[in-house]
Amino acid sequence: MIKIRNLYKNFDKLEVLRGVNLEIKPSEKVVIIGPSGSGKSTMLRCMNLLEKPTSGEIIFKDQVINDSHVDINKVRENMGMVFQQFNLFSNLNVLENLTLAPVMRHRLNKDEAETKAMELLKRIGLPEKVKNYPNQLSGGQQQRIAIARALMMDPDLLLFDEPTSALDPEMVGEVLELMTELAQAGMTMAVVTHEMGFARQVANRILFIDEGMIVEESYDPNDFFDNPQEERTQQFLSKIL
Amino acid sequence: MTVSLQAIVDFIQNNFIKDDYWKYLTNGFSITLQVTFFAFLIGFALGIFLAIIRVACKDLSPSWKTPSGFLINLLSKISNIYITIIRGTPTTVQLLIMFNVILINLHNLKIVAILTFGLNSAAYMAEIFRSGIQAVSAGEIEAARSLGLSYMQTMSKIVMPQAFRNCLPAFGNEVITLFKETSISGFIGLVDLTRGAGILISKTFRAAPPYFASALIYLIVVLILEQIFHALERRITHD
Ligand SMILES: Nc1ncnc2c1ncn2[C@@H]1O[C@H](COP(=O)(O)OP(=O)(O)OP(=O)(O)O)[C@@H](O)[C@H]1O
Ligand SMILES: [Mg+2]
Repeated sequence: MIKIRNLYKNFDKLEVLRGVNLEIKPSEKVVIIGPSGSGKSTMLRCMNLLEKPTSGEIIFKDQVINDSHVDINKVRENMGMVFQQFNLFSNLNVLENLTLAPVMRHRLNKDEAETKAMELLKRIGLPEKVKNYPNQLSGGQQQRIAIARALMMDPDLLLFDEPTSALDPEMVGEVLELMTELAQAGMTMAVVTHEMGFARQVANRILFIDEGMIVEESYDPNDFFDNPQEERTQQFLSKIL
Repeated sequence: MTVSLQAIVDFIQNNFIKDDYWKYLTNGFSITLQVTFFAFLIGFALGIFLAIIRVACKDLSPSWKTPSGFLINLLSKISNIYITIIRGTPTTVQLLIMFNVILINLHNLKIVAILTFGLNSAAYMAEIFRSGIQAVSAGEIEAARSLGLSYMQTMSKIVMPQAFRNCLPAFGNEVITLFKETSISGFIGLVDLTRGAGILISKTFRAAPPYFASALIYLIVVLILEQIFHALERRITHD
């Protein structure tokens, strides 16, 4: 689905990513953990080119997307992103938030988009919020709608950057539940999170990133948490668990 | 009581009614409104254009080497210089330069005034729009781009609507300033409300009634404009 080859990213003199290699296959769920400032967000943001790689390749569905000839908007239509701060469009109501992209990008006409939006809102249990504006919703509701907004485009890959970190504790569950549901439905997901319970339950691969490199990678989440191999992983896990 | 009522009637009769004196004020007021309105249109359109050019130049940081990049960079440089000059010099001097130098061959005073105030207001509106645009959440812009919307689509659907909302108060102030500033039109001989009051004084030899009357008219219009902008603000904030 997506391949990262030898990815380097500098911000001026600061080397944030230093040679990342990663391949995510269809319907894999990759959870990415690591200390603050280790480059997790930067890696995710390089995948949809919100950050421009300094060097290396991002290959999405057999196309090198960090190439100047590529129509990045077309690529991004197939790759959703969910942000820590939700980032719903504050000038639009829920329905408009959901229908904007599919209509503007000529995926669906207005009626089709509205029908689909209503279906998704029912699925996430918020059909009565259709006319509300983002600032009238709780954090958990906003994040579920942000996920629905990404789903409106039928993406092949969903990127999550700490989707529950800005939520009050009592709202974390509803968002994780929706993400788990998506995972079970076969969505390909890359998730940066500190929710270790979710990682154990949903991930089929865990990456530990530190100082811009993948330090440890495991296809067995429980084993990863119970028997971390690398010293830096052990230190990190002992601090957060 | 009857005496004082008679005095008031006489006062109005002598200062405003006699010889259609009031027409100096109403005709002047009509000119003031026309100049304000058309200057506003120019200022609004050009102001948005200047603001978008400068923001796009900063966002996209285009290369001087491509034709479109060259154009954006050049326009942005020109905008900066333009805004600096307009904001750094008195409007009265700008008006006199337009009248006596740049538009020396244009004899329609109203158009000279409209162009001057429009071009002047554009510089201020550009700064207002620019700060309104920059106050739009970077996260929402990224969210729009992450869904595949282009830079222009994001601008028109997310950034500009929010920028308008952000700068509506400052924008209302600018319209009111523009309206009041047209009162210097008399410097080039255009008979606006203020000049009309001046001419009226030369007929009646009494300064207070025409000046207070014109001040009252300005005040009423400003209060109406304030109400309009408050209503607009209420309409576009969703709480
Ligand atoms: N736009 C930017 N300009 C300059 N430096 C940046 C920028 N974005 C990130 N950085 C720096 O890059 C490093 C990695 O940041 P990144 O956000 O990827 O870390 P992270 O692993 O997501 O951390 P966190 O868990 O706190 O979100 C940090 O030192 C950060 O300060
Ligand atoms: Mg981060």
